[in-house]
Amino acid sequence: MQKESLVRHRILPVMAIVLIIVLAWYAGAYFMNAPFQRDLDRRANVTSTPVEFLQKTMAQPKPVVPAPHQVMQNLFENTVMRSLTSNRSLVYHGWVTLSSTMVGFAAGTLLGMLIAIGIVHVKTLDRSLMPWIIASQMVPILAVAPMVIVVLGAINITGLIPKAFISTYLSFFPVAVGMVKGLRSPELIQLDLMRTYNATAAQTFWKLRLPASIPYLFTSMKVAIAASLVGAIVGELPTGAVAGLGSKLLAGSYYSQTIDMWAALIAGSILAALLVALVGIIERIVEKSRGGRPA
Amino acid sequence: MSLLRMSWQAALALILMIVALFNLPLVDQPVGLDAPATAMTTTFLAWLILMAAIGVDALPRPAITRAAALFVLTHLATYLLMTEIADGDGLDRLSFFLMIAASWLIAWRCVTLLSGIEVRTPFASALLRLLIPAIFGAWIVILWEAATRGAGIPFIILPPPSAIGVRIAGSVAILWADVQQTILKAVVFGYVVGCASGFVIAILADRISFLRRGLMPIGNLMSALPIVGVAPIMVMWFGFDWQSKAAVVIVMTFFPMLVNTVAGLSASGAMERDLMRSYASGYWQTLAKLRLPAAMPFIFNALKINSTLALIGAIVAEFFGTPIVGMGFRISTEIGRMNVDMVWAEIAVAALAGSVFYGIVALAERLTTFWHPSNRQG
Repeated sequence: MQKESLVRHRILPVMAIVLIIVLAWYAGAYFMNAPFQRDLDRRANVTSTPVEFLQKTMAQPKPVVPAPHQVMQNLFENTVMRSLTSNRSLVYHGWVTLSSTMVGFAAGTLLGMLIAIGIVHVKTLDRSLMPWIIASQMVPILAVAPMVIVVLGAINITGLIPKAFISTYLSFFPVAVGMVKGLRSPELIQLDLMRTYNATAAQTFWKLRLPASIPYLFTSMKVAIAASLVGAIVGELPTGAVAGLGSKLLAGSYYSQTIDMWAALIAGSILAALLVALVGIIERIVEKSRGGRPA
Repeated sequence: MSLLRMSWQAALALILMIVALFNLPLVDQPVGLDAPATAMTTTFLAWLILMAAIGVDALPRPAITRAAALFVLTHLATYLLMTEIADGDGLDRLSFFLMIAASWLIAWRCVTLLSGIEVRTPFASALLRLLIPAIFGAWIVILWEAATRGAGIPFIILPPPSAIGVRIAGSVAILWADVQQTILKAVVFGYVVGCASGFVIAILADRISFLRRGLMPIGNLMSALPIVGVAPIMVMWFGFDWQSKAAVVIVMTFFPMLVNTVAGLSASGAMERDLMRSYASGYWQTLAKLRLPAAMPFIFNALKINSTLALIGAIVAEFFGTPIVGMGFRISTEIGRMNVDMVWAEIAVAALAGSVFYGIVALAERLTTFWHPSNRQG
């Protein structure tokens, strides 16, 4: 077997695909913006060379599809160049979204773990609760997020908590399901060993079930944190939330500020990638401290 | 003697009922509106029935008999209690909630008994698997109704389930039009196209290793991203009608399908693949006869994930602009008019549609991957 080279088998293909996506994006920007630009040119009685025309389609203030460099420029301006407290700074909006994401994620993870512990230890809960947990995800909570926000707003709960509630609802499910699987992952022979030690249920839990569930927990936490972020962003969409990446998206959609919209979307994606990576790093640290070896 | 056999739920219920006895009547009757005598009769009837249930639980009878008796008695008592509050919004006293809590505890005891029963026939076990969650779900609705009507929670914050039911029954035509617009047009089209294209690209990626190495990290990243955020962009591109919603659904369902199918295609073992090679079967034969069947659990996993994602994507996309029909449109406008019961009706319909959708996919999985260990019975 040939040894995998990092550059040839990992980086090169990814780079190639990214390049294709960027090129397709540019092409899309050209073809989607061209009709409007042609219209503008005709009204202004300008005839431009193809190169000039191409440049113009890439430099519209409110394009149908902004070119990648326009989005990147906007992203750069609104993150690095602005003061952090400015209303236009994406870092500020990102922070607003991040804070409710983290609160919702923490609450959801805790709730999911508690439900999983209950399900594993109480048979009645296992039989009666599990189907409803699955059914709970059939309610398109993202779709009813506006109502949750409005209803909680009606009883004077505004700001962070309603958004965090949506994040909690989305993130408890993967944690609960993954954790149940993890807590049940010890094999019969290991559970029998605990019994021969005359271990109590609590001892079995702390010394066998919980450590066995850690890998499952982290896998589901990665899903959960991404879901929390989506929840927080969608939670910001309705009812004129004043800050956050979601409100930025909505404002961009209302005022046709396409470049702002794309920049907010990219900022959200970067945030999601960072959060998932963060959970991955914590996972590695925890694994190492428990004596695990990298796979 | 019989006290020793008492379960903790029954014991707690007994205490609650005795406390309730000192807090009668259940409902503060508005003076001269209702005959208090009948109300008292119903109350005592419910009280006696619950007491009988506690007594039955302590009898030395098989679990199934006791569970059946408890089931009938506690729900009869609950029904009587609920008729009490039919006209007394927000006028209920502590004793009412104590009685409801007592019946809930007895229902819990009933479920505990039911989960302890060992059954032999598959039919009975399927029945139990349905019955236990059904009791749990019914009690969520009962407690919800009791809390909203009994404690007088404002209609805006949480309407009682009965009001939502009335609203659903009263506006079937509107709800059906919304379902047609959102689900039958946007969701179904987007779901089919999104899943199919994800599947085709996955096969391509499997054939061309360079594509797979490049696409997989990006695909994994994209599955974690808030893709629903493309909704306003899609609405801008494809207009207000269902096409833009279908586009959002396509984008949302594409990546889970891609990632899961590629993972599934590598699920078949080296031994089986060697066997196929020893039969001199080509790429497509191996794909059709070995690797796709082996990938089926993964593909169905993606189909299940996508069934929820599709619904969410279509409804959220409607917040950014729709014609005047559709579930997302209805939710966002009715909330603006504070018609909360209509919003809840839409939620109920969406949840029902999601469950049916999920159920169809799960049924198809049972039929096609019956051989897989996780689907085998016994």
